[in-house]
Amino acid sequence: MTTDKSAPAGGSIMVVGGGISGLTTALEAAEVGYEVFLVEKEPSLGGRVSQLKQYFPKLCPPTCGLEINYRRIKDNPRIKVITMAEVEKVDGAPGDYTVKVKISPRYVNENCTACGECAKVCESEISNEFNFGMDRRKAAYLPHNMAFPSRYVMAPSMSADDREKCKEACKFDAIDFDMQEKTLDFKVGAIVWATGWKPYDAARIDNLGFGRYQNVITNMMLERLASTNGPTQGKILRPSDDKAPETIGFVQCAGSRDENHLPYCSYICCMASLKHATYLRAQYPDAKIYIYYIDLRTPGRKYENFYKKLKEDENIFFVKGKVAEVGEESATGNVTLIAEDTISGEKIHQTVDMLVLATGMQPNTSVDKPNADLQFNADGFIVNDFKKGGMFGAGCANKPADVVTSNQNATGMALKAIQTLVRR
Amino acid sequence: MDKKYGVYICTGCSIGDVLDMEDLVDVPDEEGVNCTTHPFLCSKEGVAMIQKDVDDGKVNAMVIGACSRRVNFDVFDFDNCIVERVNLREGVVWPHSREKYPALTEDQKDDEEHFDQIQMKAEDHIKMGMIRVEKVKLPEPFKTETFSKKILVLGGGITGISSALDAAKAGYEVTIVEKTNALGGYAARMRSQMPVVEPFDALIPTVIQDKLAELEQYPNIEVKTGTEVARIAGQPGEFTVTFKKPGEKIPFDVPFPLPEEMTLDEKGNELDAETQHAKYLEYNEGREDILQLDPDGELYGAVILAAGWRPDKIEGDAYAHLGIDLPDVITNDEFEKIAAKGKIVRPSDGKEAKSVVFIQSPGKDEDDADFPYCGAVTSQVALKQAKYVRDDYPDGKAYIIYQHMRTPGLQENFYKGIQQDRGIFMSKGAVTEVSKSGDNLIVEATNTLLGDNLNLKADLVVLASGMVPVTVDDPVVNLAYRQGPGFRDNDIFGGYADSNYICFPYETQRTGIYAAGAIRRSMTIEESMEDATGAALKAIQCISSADRGVAVHPRSGDQTYPEFFFQRCTQCKRCTVECPFGALDDDEKGTPKINPTRCRRCGTCMGACPERIISFADYTIDSIGSQIKAIGVPSEDDYDEPPFRILALVCENDAYPALDMVGMNRVDYSPDVRVIPVRCLGSVNTIWIKDALAQGMDGVILIGCKHGDDYQCHFVKGSELAEVRVKKIGDALSSLALEEERVRFEEIAIDEYDKLPGLLSDFVEEIEDLGPNPFKGF
Repeated sequence: MTTDKSAPAGGSIMVVGGGISGLTTALEAAEVGYEVFLVEKEPSLGGRVSQLKQYFPKLCPPTCGLEINYRRIKDNPRIKVITMAEVEKVDGAPGDYTVKVKISPRYVNENCTACGECAKVCESEISNEFNFGMDRRKAAYLPHNMAFPSRYVMAPSMSADDREKCKEACKFDAIDFDMQEKTLDFKVGAIVWATGWKPYDAARIDNLGFGRYQNVITNMMLERLASTNGPTQGKILRPSDDKAPETIGFVQCAGSRDENHLPYCSYICCMASLKHATYLRAQYPDAKIYIYYIDLRTPGRKYENFYKKLKEDENIFFVKGKVAEVGEESATGNVTLIAEDTISGEKIHQTVDMLVLATGMQPNTSVDKPNADLQFNADGFIVNDFKKGGMFGAGCANKPADVVTSNQNATGMALKAIQTLVRR
Repeated sequence: MDKKYGVYICTGCSIGDVLDMEDLVDVPDEEGVNCTTHPFLCSKEGVAMIQKDVDDGKVNAMVIGACSRRVNFDVFDFDNCIVERVNLREGVVWPHSREKYPALTEDQKDDEEHFDQIQMKAEDHIKMGMIRVEKVKLPEPFKTETFSKKILVLGGGITGISSALDAAKAGYEVTIVEKTNALGGYAARMRSQMPVVEPFDALIPTVIQDKLAELEQYPNIEVKTGTEVARIAGQPGEFTVTFKKPGEKIPFDVPFPLPEEMTLDEKGNELDAETQHAKYLEYNEGREDILQLDPDGELYGAVILAAGWRPDKIEGDAYAHLGIDLPDVITNDEFEKIAAKGKIVRPSDGKEAKSVVFIQSPGKDEDDADFPYCGAVTSQVALKQAKYVRDDYPDGKAYIIYQHMRTPGLQENFYKGIQQDRGIFMSKGAVTEVSKSGDNLIVEATNTLLGDNLNLKADLVVLASGMVPVTVDDPVVNLAYRQGPGFRDNDIFGGYADSNYICFPYETQRTGIYAAGAIRRSMTIEESMEDATGAALKAIQCISSADRGVAVHPRSGDQTYPEFFFQRCTQCKRCTVECPFGALDDDEKGTPKINPTRCRRCGTCMGACPERIISFADYTIDSIGSQIKAIGVPSEDDYDEPPFRILALVCENDAYPALDMVGMNRVDYSPDVRVIPVRCLGSVNTIWIKDALAQGMDGVILIGCKHGDDYQCHFVKGSELAEVRVKKIGDALSSLALEEERVRFEEIAIDEYDKLPGLLSDFVEEIEDLGPNPFKGF
């Protein structure tokens, strides 16, 4: 590998969040020549997109771009990746910040070679949150098979017995349960908050039955079901009985465009559901797919073309109408729903094998506000003040957006950060 | 560099358990190269051991036989050393288990019946690693003769101005070129702008005036209005730009490549280079060749393409039902012009237009598509323009008939704000007819939300015309490149100068030129400004990278670049034609001129060259060719039934990581396959395939990325070209009496690792059915 080792340009930048937006900001700034600290709270980078099977509208795997980005990190000594780390506090002013970062113990040190011997002997299991709890994994685990850094994690809940077994199995003395949480201070000139989003909690949408009926799932759960490294090895099966679904409903704006939940449009859910229809079609050539929507937001040439292709599918039905009520047939586990067709005015009663809620995106900053001098809008998104400079929200910390827009935004925020350093 | 070789093999992670280390160490030993094993090579002690050898001057070219190069990248990193990682872990011992391939007993080792397929694979890969470090050099970065850090911005609208400001704020000198006589673009001709922050309840003045005022504060921004670019020659860091007055004809107007039909003679055969060049000069009479540098040209480091859009024309029979010939049926662009002048009035008679219908989709045949080039912007423009009607007339009424109201993200709040206005009526609907009735227009629509069919009386009807990127009409950038003046492949993006990569939205096929704003997607003012910042960053980054002599994305930081051994060049032009980035320009004889800072280091030229004269410091025809030759091909002289040998040339970005996943998942595939990662399948020269078969290997498989309109190849064309070349090799094989099935091309995405073992095993089985290569043993 031919690495460029030129000296870094003056000043450092901290990027909070190692999802696709944070990775983009970090890399774009570092490739100009700046030193970047990339802080990620999970044990590995990649964030939300690493849970997706494919991107719309190209239907290409996110891991393809992530792999290139990881390679760019590997080739660039100016980027320091700090995982399992959260910003506790930011003091100072643009050009001169002190950031207190809390680092949680991984209980695995840099000796780890990811050989996997610990997982073989570990009997404790934990819920697999990467798969939204749809399966369990060993308490000694690699976050997922494309994880970067490729290093194991020991869940704190691991039994004492298993801790001993894991330590014994490790030939490289990589497991250390004496590791403590630690706090480090970083001096940086600018901070970009790419803290991303979480799926809106579907259980809060009372009338849609999530959490009450097993075969009501969310769009992000469907991503995991469709992914090769997911709980079903990529086979889309309904949760109650692992049956192959023959009829599938999609509820658009599940929580979005709704004053009781998220008042804004979450930008991606229409295209996501159309993409999910292609996942289903690839596995089930005859499945019937019903998409209940208010407006189909597929703007622009690329998205319109994608939608146009799906309209040719005779077994995909687009119904303009909001789903009002969801129930369950107890004998079959099928999901019943009532919706109003807003064009005909008729009430529709429909039974489906599985119902997918197209839940929207909620900024992580709305539930976990950074302890820093930032401005937020009513929904919790970061409002950027370019005149003041210094700190910026990027990607979905700034507004709901698709990956392309997030990456454009994140690239631009690298420059805004650099401007802060230059201004001094 | 006086090379001192060393081989280090890790025995950890079950490498030492599966492989016979003594035999493996013998491989370098027999070559007289020192080989050291370590139980935990990536540990501090292991690395210190290597570092000591380096510091003692014992080693500067080393083979590390351990894990995949995708891990421990930072651990096995020794300054000024050539390091080759041999993937014994994910590539050899993890996918192939001893349960399936038992180790040999001492007796079996000497007979002609038994062989150890796993050990053979490991030994071959060590040999391949050793020859590679022998054949490659440490790179030295390329520096251009002259260098400029100035940024050129094409287009003086909101996008161009924003990008200029953003680059200037980072300390860069910028020139804005604007075709018309004033800066400001479309934004300066609008009445108002959509709100972009809470409370979203009123329209706001356009930000363009503030931006124009801000420009004044930056002496490092130069503005050239009434000017356009005649040509941009050269390469990032040293683009030579010729400016001119719009419409002027000058010698440095960019020449166009000869259309393909003119490159052929009457019989359809390709004309020779000199005849073609003569025709090309004739075709471009009055214009200097691309290689003629304008002595008065100005030097720039990078370019931002922000030339924007024009309103679409709504014309033709498809829209006849919309009354498009009626004077009071106008487009949103015409409406904006009226609004900017004053109160909304009808073009036909100047009468106040108090009842206006905005039509968002052609309607009629029930299809719910919008007008061409429409999107979220046109939806929001309709909301904004409806508000104009209400702002002008307290008793005014606006109707918006849409199929889908596209106000994504936070702009939903703007839609909600407009919904509060009692004078604005909105409904889904398909417009069936717009007609004139007396003094009024009548708009009829079906399938609406307001009950049955709609029948609206209006003073004025406004159709949502889309935003056509100016690249539809004109190349705009006017690059003095042999491949032509514009971006290639804009047709697959509907004429937009867009990126095909979701992850990498600024990647174009022309290094150093970054598109932003409505030229690549319809965007609002706010979105354009944001996009402009990103493009400015990319321009700065490209300049900084070219200055350091390193590549930009996706091989960011790579210091190598293509070098040519011109004495053997036959001027076939394949490298110039096939380079996905137009990095090569050939002269009148067809000799290529390389522009290293345009180059992305994919090696497609190296793969294309029939004379094999193109190489990179650490990646050459010889380095890979020698690796192939290092693979042992046992024949019947060695074993009664010798194992087959299959060569896999795999894309290092996708197929290679996928193979690592196969190893991590401990899934077996034939251990008779020898894997060589390549920069891109486009860099695969068919000589490697021929050599492999000539030395008795039984089959060759190329595994690359998906191509087609939604290509995933990181170098745009590489994998597509590889498939074409594989198809062509069939004839050469049949002349050697070899079946063309012995060479195969496969596409795989990085997440399709589950398909790889099957794909490889199927290929090996097919080859086994064909039988051994008859050249084996010669």
